[in-house]
Amino acid sequence: MGGKVIGSILAALVLVATWGPGAAWAQKGPIKIGFLAPMTGGAAQVGKDMVNGLTMWLEEHGHIIAGRKVEVIVEDTQGQPNVALTKLRKLVESDKVQVLAGGLFAHVGYALAPKVDEYRIPMLYPVMAADDLTQRKPARWVVRTGWTSSQPSHPFGEWVVKTLGYKRVVTIGIDYAFGWEVVGGFQKTFEEAGGQIIQKLWPPLGTTDFAPYLSQVRRDADAVFALMVAASSLRFPRQYADAGLKARLPLLGGGTTFDEFVLPSLGDEAIGGISPLIYSAAIDTPVNRRFVKEYRARYGKVPSYYSESCYTTGQWINDAAKSIGGDVEDREKFLAALRKVEVPDAPRGPVKLDAYGNPIQNIYVRKVEKKDGELWNTVIQTFPAVSQFGKYKPEEFLKQPVYDRNFPPCKYC
Amino acid sequence: MTRRALAPGTPRIAIAIVFGLLAVSPPFVSSFLQALLTQAVIYAILAMSLDVVLGYIGLASLGHAAYLGLGAYSVGILATRHGAGFWVTLTVGVLLATAVAAVFGLVALRATGVYFLMITLALGMVVWGLAHRWVSLTQGDNGISGVPRPDLGLPWSFAHAIPFYYLVFTAFLVAFGVLRGIVRSPFGATLVGIRESESRMRTLGYHVWLHKYIGFIIAGGVGGFAGVLWAYDNGFVSPADLELSTSVEILLMVALGGRGTLLGPALGAGLIVFLKNLVSVYTQRWLLILGAVYIGTIVYAPEGIVGALRQWTKGERAWAGR
Repeated sequence: MGGKVIGSILAALVLVATWGPGAAWAQKGPIKIGFLAPMTGGAAQVGKDMVNGLTMWLEEHGHIIAGRKVEVIVEDTQGQPNVALTKLRKLVESDKVQVLAGGLFAHVGYALAPKVDEYRIPMLYPVMAADDLTQRKPARWVVRTGWTSSQPSHPFGEWVVKTLGYKRVVTIGIDYAFGWEVVGGFQKTFEEAGGQIIQKLWPPLGTTDFAPYLSQVRRDADAVFALMVAASSLRFPRQYADAGLKARLPLLGGGTTFDEFVLPSLGDEAIGGISPLIYSAAIDTPVNRRFVKEYRARYGKVPSYYSESCYTTGQWINDAAKSIGGDVEDREKFLAALRKVEVPDAPRGPVKLDAYGNPIQNIYVRKVEKKDGELWNTVIQTFPAVSQFGKYKPEEFLKQPVYDRNFPPCKYC
Repeated sequence: MTRRALAPGTPRIAIAIVFGLLAVSPPFVSSFLQALLTQAVIYAILAMSLDVVLGYIGLASLGHAAYLGLGAYSVGILATRHGAGFWVTLTVGVLLATAVAAVFGLVALRATGVYFLMITLALGMVVWGLAHRWVSLTQGDNGISGVPRPDLGLPWSFAHAIPFYYLVFTAFLVAFGVLRGIVRSPFGATLVGIRESESRMRTLGYHVWLHKYIGFIIAGGVGGFAGVLWAYDNGFVSPADLELSTSVEILLMVALGGRGTLLGPALGAGLIVFLKNLVSVYTQRWLLILGAVYIGTIVYAPEGIVGALRQWTKGERAWAGR
């Protein structure tokens, strides 16, 4: 990946000018953004989507933020917490970046947060969705521009009972924190609205053969809620259809089960899948239509939510830097500005932060449909301005433990 | 196979220079390089511990990350939840790793060769599975974050990179001294004998299984020691540290540096840490380079780098272990 050009002269200038008071001056040198993403290993393609999103925003705006040149330094985390920590240190101490962004896996997010607080450099999390990063264990210097795992599940669970009328649902979730949180959020509101989760299955991370789980699925259910990620998402719908379940039990899912990252690789077996997420490439607004068209022209594929979120992160850094006159060296001020940003017209819709540092944003219920020979996540319902706590009061919500494989307990199993 | 002690001379001087550089250079390099040096030294301890099993007993283990993990989780759990200090976590970490190695050894040492490899792999995955699934204790794959740097009650704070490096470096010297003492003792010589011919050693009246068992336990304990340092270095522990890929990496460090040489694996560890972290800064093709290094080693230096150097300096095939 490009964007790793480090002018040592410019770096020296930044060093000299770091604590300059007042508004931005041209001689301060570029604003340096340190970007962490897995560029090698199993998640390299997702990492690429992330970098594409940020790069696209910067290219569209001439690599200028608040009148200052912008330099992005991309570092490969290899999807490993310890490598991410080492690269974080490099970005902060050697490259002297003023702001950090990126990260994909939840454990990387938890590993980085205390270090980010120690360095006192703002870091934006466009993707890492672990609930507690903005709930029970928030970090002062972390600003989330993405989502919490259970955020889309909250309105969706209630909607499934009230609109689709399903009362008995079996969940199949990948057995790790992200899976527990997505399934947990769904179960909470689904059961409070009168539904019953009658079975919970947890295939381990990396499962590609679901036959042992699909054969266990109780046939007296109304539907199946599946939370898949990455390689599992690619294989699950096919196996679900092959097991003869597609015709009998409608397939619902977490956002990543059918996100735009996997859709192009899926076949007709995915059609009809319903899932909630903060983004769909099929959102029918002028901003998003333009975004999708431009993104396709540049990178030859439909943007995933990873791309959208990192694109909006570019906008986010811009808006914050602009509001303080480009003076990103004043970190406290910059952090405060980052927390105040409101993006009214992101491709995903309006986005602003709640008091805990997580976006309040639209949640889209999407249904996989085929249009012009391609699979799209048609938006069939929009919940406007949903916070990570859904309809609950934050203080009340935070009294319950974080969702895990046994919480909420399976009362109807 | 000719067996002769290395003549004092060039190799000793080279080793002295490297140790000297490791001792003196950190304050003068960038903080990123300091971080890499710290990691490299910790991995060097780990690789040396595996070398006891691979190089001296002659058994390839694919479960060594388990001991790293046991040491690291001891720190993670005790330091964050109970506020335990360095000496407590160190003691618990090393003892726990030793105890688990003692249990695993009972199972694994029934086999040799590829079967030993598979059993250790399975046992390693058991520990990984515990870390992954025993959420109430380990917080699952989110990991345990916020492990503070150790406070030894000394006038300088180990929260800073350089004092911490010297702590780790001291630990390395201790581990190296202990392991070197062990492999050069009659016990170590017996291990080498077992590696070369188990039946001959048995005929000579040695208790072959017991020697292997003790060697296996020592490796586990020192592995746990490295794990303790690893957790303090990262401030974070997660099941990612215990994955199969970590075990493979340690094995490759030993093979790359030269098994049965102690310092060889340490060198291999340093090389791999730098390749992984430093080369990946410049190119995404770092895996390709790493692959080329492995293949090059297998083809041109099957005894590893140190093995090749010895052959080169002495003009003959030389195994270590004396």
